[in-house]
Amino acid sequence: MKNRHRARWLPALLLACAGAAGAATADPMAERVRACAGCHGEEGRSAIESYAPSIAGKPEGYLLQQLTGFRDGRRSHAVMQQMLAWLSDDYLRDMARYYSTREPAKLPRPPQAAPAVLAQGRRLVEQGDAARKLPACAACHGQSLLGLQPAIPGLLNLRAEYLQAQLGAWRSGTRHAPAPDCMADIAGRLSGEEIAAITAWIASRELPRDHRPAVRREQPLPIDCGGVP
Amino acid sequence: MKTALKLLVLLLVPALAGLLWLAWPDLREAPVEQSRAAPAGAAQIERGAYLARAGNCVACHTQAGQAPYAGGRPIGTPFGEVFSTNLTPDPETGLGSWTPGEFWRAMHHGRSRDGRLLYPAFPYTSYTRVSRQDSDAIFAYLQSLAPVQAPRREPALRFPYNTQFALRAWRALYFRPGEYRQDTQRTPEWNRGAYLVEGLGHCNACHTARNALGGIELDRNYGGGPIPSLGWEAPPLAPAGLMSDAQAAEMVELLQAGTSRHGVATGPMAEVVLHSLQHLQTTDLAAMVSYIRSLPPAAGAPAPRRPRVSEARRQELMRQGETVYREHCADCHGDRGQGRDYVYPALAGNRMLTGASAGNAIRSVLMGGYGPSTATHPQPHGMPSFAQRLTPEEIAAVLTYARGSWGNQATAVSPVEVERR
Repeated sequence: MKNRHRARWLPALLLACAGAAGAATADPMAERVRACAGCHGEEGRSAIESYAPSIAGKPEGYLLQQLTGFRDGRRSHAVMQQMLAWLSDDYLRDMARYYSTREPAKLPRPPQAAPAVLAQGRRLVEQGDAARKLPACAACHGQSLLGLQPAIPGLLNLRAEYLQAQLGAWRSGTRHAPAPDCMADIAGRLSGEEIAAITAWIASRELPRDHRPAVRREQPLPIDCGGVP
Repeated sequence: MKTALKLLVLLLVPALAGLLWLAWPDLREAPVEQSRAAPAGAAQIERGAYLARAGNCVACHTQAGQAPYAGGRPIGTPFGEVFSTNLTPDPETGLGSWTPGEFWRAMHHGRSRDGRLLYPAFPYTSYTRVSRQDSDAIFAYLQSLAPVQAPRREPALRFPYNTQFALRAWRALYFRPGEYRQDTQRTPEWNRGAYLVEGLGHCNACHTARNALGGIELDRNYGGGPIPSLGWEAPPLAPAGLMSDAQAAEMVELLQAGTSRHGVATGPMAEVVLHSLQHLQTTDLAAMVSYIRSLPPAAGAPAPRRPRVSEARRQELMRQGETVYREHCADCHGDRGQGRDYVYPALAGNRMLTGASAGNAIRSVLMGGYGPSTATHPQPHGMPSFAQRLTPEEIAAVLTYARGSWGNQATAVSPVEVERR
């Protein structure tokens, strides 16, 4: 009797599962961005984080800016350039929207750096350096470094190597944001040691349970950034 | 004394003959007319916009992310780099002070406003076929654009290629100016197609192999070949053998949408579809294909020199390749290389995959890519990059397998070739 009762539930349960699976494959964007998944992982959760970062849950405006940036040469990466060269703004916007609405994976925290290094990193991230007019990372990327919609990316859940590579690319002029390029200005004034400290501290922070970027209120940034509307 | 005179004559005669040979094209050139243009009507400007698209002017004359037609895009050649010029009507840095006659002379004779010879990266070897009327319409369209100030960038060519003398010699060898002449034995459709393919389309800029001096060798016409400094190879314009009506219809589809039932336009061809072909009327695309399918078989590029793969090694690669294919490729391209209609290209019978050189196929696997976003196919599907996921050995194996399965009969690919890319 008990068994029969259970059997009556089974078809309904199966149907529900099939429905859910159907809905997942029915999202045409999932199939269209399959080529991206090769490096950035299923739904933008990367398995090769230091080389191709996770992009799930990053702000839509920020992602769109990176996609058009690779296409138009403001950022340089041979694979990304060839991948996106012939795609329209509309299509790239749909891709950005798709990834901005995916759930990010939680990265296991990498090994800790020396306490003195972390302390130096934390000071720069949270307070900047007023004497050099160096703004704190948190002043733009948010107190908890989760980024702000629509155009300022979060900094957590990224590997130190990846963050270092980006600051390095800004310093050497291979990564650009729309002018005035605030990150190029900041990265250009940081020493290699400071970059190591900042990225070590950021990478040691855990992604909180509620990690959605907040929406930016109309308030001036401490530095002029052409990429932030 | 007499011997000295003889020697002088002996040296002078060939020297004079050489000079005459070099100067001959100039002597035959009509003087440029300086009259200003009559004000262009909206219809002429619209026709010019269409023709400019047929010529794909915007692709070379625009730098990525900058104002269209303002020039400055670097164009690599085996002889150094040249930069495209500003076609907007800015009086100082663009075409603002040009007359229609001067513009036509650039298109027809490859000469700039001041009489300098232009570098043939500007494909005047093809544009010379364009009629005066069409040239005037393109000029009227360009003059209707908003002027953009964008100074000329000096070419960075090696000696002696950077001299006017070298250009003069090159032109004497490889350039014959002349408008397209109708072939009355052929249909108007065929003639329209020939006019577009040979003229504005400048298809042979890529689809015909060039010799060591960058000259287009007419006996190799449309046989395909490497595209210098782009790292891609153009396939022969037409497939070997007769093209069926179904194949012709699919070619029109590919040129218009960038994605057809079995194929996708990739690399430089995706750019041509994006900026040029998708904007042409279907009748014009059909005319181009009707001309292309009538082309005689071409000699093609000289066979590329490639590392040899022994039969035993080939069989080993085939076996290994089948495993790689099942794991990484079959999901999209199908277990028999049949592809998915209008989504993922078929690999069985794929000309990009089975060319004499495996260059395009290796590049596609390493770098991946999307087809072009077009009006009829705005959201194409893409191919991932396998550079980080497969070893050169695995890439060579899977390409050997795909080039040698489902009726494909192309040669094996050596891991050395993959490593060289």
